[in-house]
Amino acid sequence: MKREISAILIIALRDFLKFLRDRSRIAATFIFPILFIGALGGSLQSNWGDELGFNITTFIFTGVLGQTLFQSAAAGVISLIEDRQNDFSREMFVSPISRYSIIIGKIFGESIVALIQGVGIIVFGFIIRIPLSFHDIIWLLPFSLVVCFMGGAFGVLVLSNLSSERAANQIFPFLIFPQFFLAGVFNPIRELPTILDVLSRISPMRYAVDLIRGIYYAGRPEYGATVLNSVGYNLAVCGLIFGICVIVGTYLFINNERNQ
Amino acid sequence: MPGVINVKNLVKQYKKSDRKAVNDISFNVEEGELFTLLGPNGAGKTTTISILTTTLAKTSGEIIIHGYNIDIDPKSVRQQIGIIFQQPSLDLNLTAEENVRFHTILYGLYPFRPSYSMMPTSYKNKINELAEILEIKDEMFKPIKTFSGGMKRKLEIIRGLMHEPRVLFLDEPTTGLDPASRKTLWTYMQQIRKEKKITIFLTTHYLDEAEEADRVCILHHGKIITIGTPRKIKQDLIENYLLVDTEDKNKLFAELHNHNLRFEDGELVKVFIHDLSVQEIIQSIQTPLTTLETHIPTIEEAYLSIVAEEDKHETGN
Repeated sequence: MKREISAILIIALRDFLKFLRDRSRIAATFIFPILFIGALGGSLQSNWGDELGFNITTFIFTGVLGQTLFQSAAAGVISLIEDRQNDFSREMFVSPISRYSIIIGKIFGESIVALIQGVGIIVFGFIIRIPLSFHDIIWLLPFSLVVCFMGGAFGVLVLSNLSSERAANQIFPFLIFPQFFLAGVFNPIRELPTILDVLSRISPMRYAVDLIRGIYYAGRPEYGATVLNSVGYNLAVCGLIFGICVIVGTYLFINNERNQ
Repeated sequence: MPGVINVKNLVKQYKKSDRKAVNDISFNVEEGELFTLLGPNGAGKTTTISILTTTLAKTSGEIIIHGYNIDIDPKSVRQQIGIIFQQPSLDLNLTAEENVRFHTILYGLYPFRPSYSMMPTSYKNKINELAEILEIKDEMFKPIKTFSGGMKRKLEIIRGLMHEPRVLFLDEPTTGLDPASRKTLWTYMQQIRKEKKITIFLTTHYLDEAEEADRVCILHHGKIITIGTPRKIKQDLIENYLLVDTEDKNKLFAELHNHNLRFEDGELVKVFIHDLSVQEIIQSIQTPLTTLETHIPTIEEAYLSIVAEEDKHETGN
């Protein structure tokens, strides 16, 4: 057991070190969140003001925080495909550790990377004067980690069904971008036509975003207008998605890897 | 069952293929042996090594490595083996030291520590030792992107030996290296083999490398064509012969007939040696000879003739 934990940690450390050494990746990860919150949030807020009963920039800020954590962890885990093509994954897969440890290590490492990006977004929130107290940040951090883990697990499931880096680059956007709208990152989704409502409920990102909003808006007057489900409900769904994705994803990934 | 590696009736057919990549092969490798799998590209060498190292599932057959069945106890098998892949499997973004640390922690040699400075002294001593073998110092702590091909290979081998495996698998380890690096690497492998007394399982398409092996197994289109010491393979598969010439060929032919010696006419006359000694043949020829050469085949000739023979066979079918 001790050995498996050591293995998980070293696999995670590798992803963390790789991120720190890749300056262009660091820069790229902050461009979209800043664009979404600053440009989109700012323009909507100026035009519609507080008609919705809450500040749109803050609403988008919380949405983008959840979305970035989820998406970054998922995309990071999918980089196992890149490893496979560089044959680095073989170094891990011939070592005498559990296959689940490899996947958990990967999820853990990419979650830490995503969390660093989340901290960057919070700093940006400060700069553009999103109301954020010390208390908010302390509460947001552990729940952000939950969102990262779920995103990473979602990445494992996607990864297990892809064969090459090219396939990943083509398919991943199709799995992620619709969720931006179905999860209500920028747009309120309290009222939705039935078909969109069903699609929204099966989008894992919805629960990531709603969990972050549930924590941020807790005790604030806008809570009722912005949050869909309770924190407990969202946590339970995130846990369920995590479990299913990790178990099914790891099983499929290893099977596809070995049964060629 | 004797031997460190026991392979029985191994078959592998890839899902997207209608041909068997490995077609019912069986062999044993003895402890401490340098065993070479030789064959052209597509013969099934990498497929075989991938199955033996547990990264690829087989279609059927039974494999025991160091007493562990790869189906029942793959983890124990993995603990016993070291592997150097055909494609480099180092992480270029990490330093040489980090690549080694990653490996040692995965194999449970040391507990996890987030940085080099926090690792135990025994680990640090080992790293210093490695730096000496690699003849590098500061580069140990720099990303390995700048390393030469030969250096990366050497680092991979050193890394693969860190957990003291009983069997070292090397899949075409010298492919893509210049002749000088190939030679250095080869000398190094012979040295560690002597020092550590480990079994080496090598695949190659370089014939001079196969000559160095204790036993060679020639694989072609997924089937074993022959297996044995390089010497035996040469003996069995290629006939030794004398090349002679004379001004009076008719007299020579008559003489060879009389002594029941098989020969072939050409620019020079080939006299096959069989079980006789060269001495005996020469003594039985009275016709004055203008040319006399003995021909001892290389494994390259043996190999090429086998492969050509097999291909002819298949086209014939």
